[in-house]
Amino acid sequence: MLNIQEIRKDFPILHRKVNGKALIYFDNAATSQTPQQVIDVIVDYYTNYNANIHRGVHSLSQEATDAYEQARIKIQKHFNAKHSHEIIYTAGTTHGINLVANGFSSLLKKGDEIIVSALEHHSNIVPWQMLCERTGATLKVIPMNEKGELILSEFDGLLNEHTKLVFVNHISNALGTINPIEYIIEKAHKAGAAVLVDGAQSCPHLKPDVQALDVDFYVCSAHKICGPTGVGMLYGKEEWLKKLPPYQGGGEMIAEVSFEKTTYAGLPHKFEAGTPNISGGIAFGAALDYMNNLGFDAIAEYENELLVYATEQLEKIEGVKIYGTAKEKTSVISFNVNDIHPYDIGTILDKMGIAVRTGHHCAQPIMDFYKIPGTIRASFMFYNTKDEIDTFITALKKAVMMLS
Amino acid sequence: MTIQEVQEEIIDEFSMFEDWEERYQYMIDLGKSLPLIEDKYKTEDNIIKGCQSKVWVHADMVDDKVNFTADSDAIITKGIIAILIRVFSDQHPKDIIEANTDFIDKIGLKEHLSPTRANGLVSMIKQLKMYAIAYQTQLN
Repeated sequence: MLNIQEIRKDFPILHRKVNGKALIYFDNAATSQTPQQVIDVIVDYYTNYNANIHRGVHSLSQEATDAYEQARIKIQKHFNAKHSHEIIYTAGTTHGINLVANGFSSLLKKGDEIIVSALEHHSNIVPWQMLCERTGATLKVIPMNEKGELILSEFDGLLNEHTKLVFVNHISNALGTINPIEYIIEKAHKAGAAVLVDGAQSCPHLKPDVQALDVDFYVCSAHKICGPTGVGMLYGKEEWLKKLPPYQGGGEMIAEVSFEKTTYAGLPHKFEAGTPNISGGIAFGAALDYMNNLGFDAIAEYENELLVYATEQLEKIEGVKIYGTAKEKTSVISFNVNDIHPYDIGTILDKMGIAVRTGHHCAQPIMDFYKIPGTIRASFMFYNTKDEIDTFITALKKAVMMLS
Repeated sequence: MTIQEVQEEIIDEFSMFEDWEERYQYMIDLGKSLPLIEDKYKTEDNIIKGCQSKVWVHADMVDDKVNFTADSDAIITKGIIAILIRVFSDQHPKDIIEANTDFIDKIGLKEHLSPTRANGLVSMIKQLKMYAIAYQTQLN
């Protein structure tokens, strides 16, 4: 059992006021809040051992390098990767996806096929469209049903010997659907295709085991898991990372350089050109420590409680329509009330100190599917409470009254 | 009335509201009463690109004065447009171009001026002024 009141003390931002009201932060799917323990790690880095890593012989550089590499091992252990050099630091999920997409441009040819899901974030669609333009490969889409679940029989039909890569999010950011990635990975592998999974939305709620999943690539961002913005990770199987060419040129990623020829550094440095986000990487490790200390089972159980409670309360309000009612979903509720524009409700809720997301959530194809301009999205983390949900429901009723 | 006078009148009206609720309720009511733009003007060309709510604006000029009609699919945005139209409609293009918009701050809607706001109040004002500039060129 989590002691939520104690946990809330770790998050200074949860105690501030917005528009004169106590903040209720329900925009966790966009970014999570940062506990003092993680903030302290960033402050400690800049206060005590800020230095460039991997090069200096001096003590500060050694300390910074050690902390950065220890964090990489924490990430490796968290995701149960076989080797720490299979963990590539990135600037975030989008960066990781682009790194893989760019790598595949040298491996694909005309006639090859890439499969993505209909539940994708924009950032998951555009790099593949660009990749197809560059290589002549074709993009196929796994459709979804009314509940927001992928139609797996359609996926089976899309797979064939031309399929080279399947790309799917573990959990949909707009609807909260948990996708059956185990099934997708197994089927894709049978067809001879590699699989990249976007874990941006899953990593705050569950602990993926990349070896058990047998996934080829897995990406996520630290800022969704109580870490800082601007840092994330790409897991890739060693064999795949060796196959992909470097993404960017620069310092760190080379072994030897002359004007005639440059040899690249080994993994993971081949993909880590330039000075990285050092404090971010170290804080990423601290954020995983924080989450693991609470325990992902306890987190999932409590967040599911919040989801069930909020769904029940919302459904009691006349005119509420919830989008995304998959059997397997996380603590994300996308909804509208009658034909009130989500933007109007979001604006009024903000006046009452409640932060929700409104709009198309960078998933316009999903909004087109439901023929709506957007939704209001409330997403919960383990530091949210049922009391907050009650206040949110009261505020929502008020907003609806004002706007009707 | 001059633009300045209309603005002062609006500031006066808003000064009677005691809290955000009354202010927003007033804007919502304004939004509901906004004369709708004729359907033929609700075209892609007349959309002011904003992230979340759609805004259509149409302008014409009669007797050297510019008139605006507008609509939005979000009601608060519509209320804000109603206020802007009241300020800028039936005015000489030159006066529209030269008008400042400090009154928005004074009626407690400053937050809507932030570039991150999805309703694009800033781009709305810009668009109204663009129309005025175009009509001013015609008059010259």
